[in-house]
Amino acid sequence: MLHTFVAYVEDKPGVLTRVASLFRRLNINIISLTVGRSEREGLSRMTIVCEASAEAGHRIRASLFKLENVVDVDDIAQAPSVTRELALIKVAATPQTRGRIFDLVEVFRARIVDLTSESLMIEMTGVESKIEGLIEVLREDEGRILEICRSGKMTMRRGHHVSSVERAMGVSSGEAEAAEEVPEDDVTTPIE
Amino acid sequence: MAHKGNAKTKENGDAAAPKAGAESREHQAPPARLTGAEILWATLAGEGVTDVFGYPGGAILPAYDALRKFPIRHVLVRHEQGAAHMADGYARASGDVGVAIATSGPGATNLVTGIATAMLDSIPIVCITGNVSSKVLGTDAFQEVDITGITLPVTKHNFLVNKTEDLAHALRHAFQIARSGRPGPVLVDITKDAQQATAEFDFEAAKPKPYRPHPMLRVEESGLAAAADLIRDAKRPVILAGHGVMESGAMEQVRTLAERAQIPVGLTLLGIGGFPASHPLCLGMMGMHGEAWVNHAIQEADLLIACGMRFDDRVTGRLTEYAQKANKIHIEVDPAEINKNVKVDVALVGDLREVLEMLLPRIAGRDGAAWIKTIEASKGAVAVSDIKNLPDSGHLYAAHVMHDLWRMTGGDAIIVTDVGQHQMWEAQYYHHDHPRTLITSGGLGTMGYALPAAIGAKFACPEREVWVIAGDGGFQMTAAELATIVQEKLKINIAVINNGYLGMVRQWQEFFYERNYEATPLVSPDFVKLADAHGIPGRAVRERSEVEAAVKAARSAPGAYLLNFLVEKEDSVYPMIPAGSALHEMIRRPDRDPLEERADDK
Ligand SMILES: Cc1ncc(C[n+]2csc(CCOP(=O)(O)OP(=O)(O)O)c2C)c(N)n1
Ligand SMILES: [Mg+2]
Repeated sequence: MLHTFVAYVEDKPGVLTRVASLFRRLNINIISLTVGRSEREGLSRMTIVCEASAEAGHRIRASLFKLENVVDVDDIAQAPSVTRELALIKVAATPQTRGRIFDLVEVFRARIVDLTSESLMIEMTGVESKIEGLIEVLREDEGRILEICRSGKMTMRRGHHVSSVERAMGVSSGEAEAAEEVPEDDVTTPIE
Repeated sequence: MAHKGNAKTKENGDAAAPKAGAESREHQAPPARLTGAEILWATLAGEGVTDVFGYPGGAILPAYDALRKFPIRHVLVRHEQGAAHMADGYARASGDVGVAIATSGPGATNLVTGIATAMLDSIPIVCITGNVSSKVLGTDAFQEVDITGITLPVTKHNFLVNKTEDLAHALRHAFQIARSGRPGPVLVDITKDAQQATAEFDFEAAKPKPYRPHPMLRVEESGLAAAADLIRDAKRPVILAGHGVMESGAMEQVRTLAERAQIPVGLTLLGIGGFPASHPLCLGMMGMHGEAWVNHAIQEADLLIACGMRFDDRVTGRLTEYAQKANKIHIEVDPAEINKNVKVDVALVGDLREVLEMLLPRIAGRDGAAWIKTIEASKGAVAVSDIKNLPDSGHLYAAHVMHDLWRMTGGDAIIVTDVGQHQMWEAQYYHHDHPRTLITSGGLGTMGYALPAAIGAKFACPEREVWVIAGDGGFQMTAAELATIVQEKLKINIAVINNGYLGMVRQWQEFFYERNYEATPLVSPDFVKLADAHGIPGRAVRERSEVEAAVKAARSAPGAYLLNFLVEKEDSVYPMIPAGSALHEMIRRPDRDPLEERADDK
């Protein structure tokens, strides 16, 4: 099954290697990995997506926590969450052929962020399937796509969520447990 | 003991105290400007280190130059692998952190086997390496290797320090990591310029943040209650005691549990010593070369209480047929071990001693007599016909050697074994009543471990009788450390179990490869002469009748002594569960063993 881990890691040299090495050792392919600054000072946030057996989730999370530079790990699993990916797509287009692409961009609710006489660049945010959809339609015209850059998935749980670290640091277990289970009606209205 | 320190906080200290250890030391001098080299030793001294094992070279020379100013004894090894094993043996014997030091490049890579050995057995060691100057880091400079990269998967954590002002903190953090939670090796790689430059040194200020226990530790009321219910209702329970018993200092608690609920105890190889072999409830070692009755008891059990052990494949055999009838309670400090190999019914994830302290008040007396009787009966004939009980026919079996060594040392020596058949015979025939008296490489199975690890153990426990038991193969892997023994004037007794083969591999060839003894017959030097060349006396032993006098001679010699036991060449370790087989599918000693003594022998 597909696992999505969200990890807060120290923003230090070598930390990415340690995390990646853990998956390498288990011979698990990382499908996507995004890293960037987080709301916490000195900590980066990673979203790691991988394919592994259902039982592997617990062990991967426990093993991630054993890494000295890993501060918090959440296994999103099936919990209500929002996942997005950003894609930059450069396509060949002349003033004559642009119109059709403008229409497509409109339909997919993407944006044009760069325009020259031979090419244009599309920026699109969305769930994976939506991005794949746009790419597929663009591919129908042979040779049109020049470059694709995709960020990989970024995932965040919906609603208010207390991290396991805060729990470990003393938020009383009853409270934290309750907060972890996001009640259905507490879920912010999904956008799509 | 030469050592002092936090070791004891683990075994005798307050269970509630953080395991981080060594918090305050007397030499907290006011902040001073020191070189990185001085900071290194000052920090080690502050952490309670009195002995380090190492080998110098260019990139670590600034550190060596500063050593004379500090009250730390440096033991010059003959190969850096030896340094890592010595630090490891020191840690296993004392319960404290062992320290090894080496130069960059080849010095650092030579440590790797020793680091991996410590990793797989969860042994707290700190390895210090020098590296090239930070300006040339990553340029393939002379003797540069990426040792933090190389050791990443075989250390609990490692540090690359290229700024003097970061050094004290990195080192103190390294000690904290090595000894906390599930212990393990930590490497600190220090560039040469970081050793040479100066920085303000303040031991107190370099203290790491308080140790944060693994966030997935979990011992819940409901789990404790469920465990207590399972124990109360079990008809055929077995306690599986592992290395964690020693690491957590839970010997008393395990014993109380066993005695109160009358539950027999099986031991893993590294669990030996955690529960007294002479205790009526002690079954002995389980697993691949475990006693038949232990493995049978596990297969028949309706409850396994796994205490600080990880269901290694050498212990379980084929997993699909492992202890099918048993509920399982797993008490373990590493959450990543839960349900890894064996699915358990109740997981109590925390420090073993603390968990047992919580569990014990819920455990009432139990009548275990019927089950214990069943197990006793299953020992029956096997125990009596054991090879050690057979009359002397002149043949010398390794089992005889182990048995006599045990008898003559009163089971009180620290035995450091190598890896192979002799290691299993030691585990079967030398009965350990006390923790930290068997020092052996379990998880990695590192040949060449015994001699250097024994040196480490002797430094940790100079008053104790220390024996090396090594095969003719493994002994030759690190025999150069004989010179270290002489240089350091150590009293260590060495028993080479010389069967002319890489015996354990030969045994596999005999059982599973049609006796194709490819690359296992072994020509060795005359070990007695080899010892003699080092100034170490010794003698060869060919018959059982000579064993006693030889062991006496070794024990009464003022310095090191080597005994070359020329044992049966093609003896095998029984019983044996072939790799991948189930625990009950064991190979027994053949009824008509061609090696077995007969009345007409001599
Ligand atoms: C460094 C290393 N290389 C290879 C092995 C594989 N191995 C395991 S036991 C063994 C034979 C050991 O022979 P010896 O030291 O003579 O001991 P014996 O089994 O004969 O008692 C070998 C080669 C190992 N465990 N470690
Ligand atoms: Mg041999």
